[in-house]
Amino acid sequence: MNPLAGCLIVSALLFAVGLAGAVTRRSAILVLAGIELMLNAANLNFIAFWRFGPDPQALTGFMFVIFAIAVAAAEAAVGLALIVAIYRHARTSDVSEITEMKG
Amino acid sequence: MTVPFLILALLTLAGGIASMTLRRLVHCALALTVAFAGLATLYLNLGAEFAGLAQLLVYVGAIAILIVFAILLTRGSEEQPQSVFSPASFGGLVIALAVFAVLAWAVETSSIVHPVNIPPAPPTSMQQIGLTLMQRYVLPLEVIALMLTAAMIGAVILAVRERRNETETGVMPAAESRLG
Repeated sequence: MNPLAGCLIVSALLFAVGLAGAVTRRSAILVLAGIELMLNAANLNFIAFWRFGPDPQALTGFMFVIFAIAVAAAEAAVGLALIVAIYRHARTSDVSEITEMKG
Repeated sequence: MTVPFLILALLTLAGGIASMTLRRLVHCALALTVAFAGLATLYLNLGAEFAGLAQLLVYVGAIAILIVFAILLTRGSEEQPQSVFSPASFGGLVIALAVFAVLAWAVETSSIVHPVNIPPAPPTSMQQIGLTLMQRYVLPLEVIALMLTAAMIGAVILAVRERRNETETGVMPAAESRLG
């Protein structure tokens, strides 16, 4: 197995782990953590394609990772603030108990 | 594929799996930190020093602390009596496995992921990164600065306790009793 395929397989595994956590855990904080893991798996793909791609001097994948890290930081801050606000309102952070807006 | 890459990948995956399966939320946050640090070392291993150090600073330094704060603020550190997985967790596992199977199949069958010759690690100096950020990517850089400011203000507004409403509800019964 060559290095690029190895990176992509590791990234796919990490994405699957994050997805499994995001859809199966009860705690809203761990749902957010699973989403962060999926974002990180995508970042690993960008780095791998930048490193083994045809034109590494252009730094395209590299810059994408820098911007993705900044967006993920903002997303985590807003997401955790939302979870704290919901906890204050509903007294729980269990996503299967927050059913007020269930259709 | 080298031995250091395999070790780092195993560390990262072990951290990720532990963070999604452990029972206590604080342990999950610690395992998540291990996964983030492992990813940072993977970036360093692939020759992306700046991205690896940014990952270390932002994820291990800031987001892990934020997650621990959120766990403590929502009393997630207490022992949960019922299962930590949602009732429909079997379907979620099946979906995740299906997604991994499709991704692995795509990686194994595609032609572009099997390059004949592997290029050497491209030299990326800090000067080159800075020039690229300031010349070609200057507009995204400004947008990201604006977005980070907006996210910071939004997070503070969302998480701040609404004291005014509480005092209003505290005053209301007294006013009603006076009217009555």
